[in-house]
Amino acid sequence: MSLITTAILALAALAIAFGALLGFAAIRFRVEGNPLVDQIDGILPQTQCGQCGHPGCRPYAEGIANGEDINKCPPGGESTIQALADLLDVEPMALDAEHGEETVKKVAIIREDECIGCTKCIQACPVDAILGAAKHMHTVIESECTGCDLCVEPCPVDCIDMVPVDAGLAGWKWNSPSQSNIIATDAQPFKSISAA
Amino acid sequence: MTDYLLILISTILVNNFVLVQFLGLCPFMGVSNKLETAMGMSLATTFVLTLSSVCSYLVYTFLLAPFGIEYLQTISFILVIAVVVQFTEMVVRKTSPLLYRVLGIFLPLITTNCAVLGVALLNIKKQNGFIESIMYGFGAAVGFALVLVLFSAMRERITVADVPTPFKGSAIGMITAGLMSLAFMGFTGLVNI
Repeated sequence: MSLITTAILALAALAIAFGALLGFAAIRFRVEGNPLVDQIDGILPQTQCGQCGHPGCRPYAEGIANGEDINKCPPGGESTIQALADLLDVEPMALDAEHGEETVKKVAIIREDECIGCTKCIQACPVDAILGAAKHMHTVIESECTGCDLCVEPCPVDCIDMVPVDAGLAGWKWNSPSQSNIIATDAQPFKSISAA
Repeated sequence: MTDYLLILISTILVNNFVLVQFLGLCPFMGVSNKLETAMGMSLATTFVLTLSSVCSYLVYTFLLAPFGIEYLQTISFILVIAVVVQFTEMVVRKTSPLLYRVLGIFLPLITTNCAVLGVALLNIKKQNGFIESIMYGFGAAVGFALVLVLFSAMRERITVADVPTPFKGSAIGMITAGLMSLAFMGFTGLVNI
């Protein structure tokens, strides 16, 4: 057998052996992704706002699957906590105020004539919903915006407003009655304390 | 036993792979910005370097040498290194998610680390035996880790130091590396291997 044939055969044998080893390892050491994480991730609102202390919704979903509390998601609010409690079969708990309060769904709007085109909000946006280039005006794709308000802080000229979204019929709620008109009283507790 | 100890000292200090033989400079400059990442890289490299040193020795002794095709050593060592890295990544990922989180990003990077191939080739050139190959690989890796960690600690200090503008960033890094290399020349002649 010529030298070249030997060389080709030897290398081929080596490659086949290694390929078989890797193929075997791929099956033997396969890491099953936790299917629970996918379900939890599906319930979370995908704002990627980071208020829970994780860098996004999926890491928080992994955290919940590993036994973290389910009440750290302000954008999701009560409905998300309820859905998570149903899925995980645990008691629903009140939203943890440490991570923020539940507010109405908002969307970021850039006041375009004030924008200086610094691209800082683009870098901050976790869902790439801001369009624009350096020294050109930026604008928000409203259908993509999750209302996480991470872009408000980096803006050097404060030209980003968080505007509440009109929720439509499905999410409409009756205005809560203002506190002062419920019971007629002339007591003024704060003043009387300070006077005494 | 003394021989093995001498090999260790030789590869860690005297013939340090990064500062004396100038192998593996890419991760040395690239991953040394933060001490934490440098530690991760060092651990991963130690692991892979030792393992691939042994594996390439075995492939050379039991496959290349008997068939008289030693001239194929470079390509087959690259194959061995790639497989070792890939296999290690799979095993670590399955068995220890924590370790995987520390080493995960760095493992594939090591495939192209020329120190790994360098160790494999030098093993053959020096006609090291089985245990000597392990020691040589391990010593090279420890030397690499030592220098990388020292260097990244220095670079962390340098970033807050008052460096003249033209020297900022990689430039001062290169100068520092050069000075470190000079310092390591002081070990020359400590052992004769």
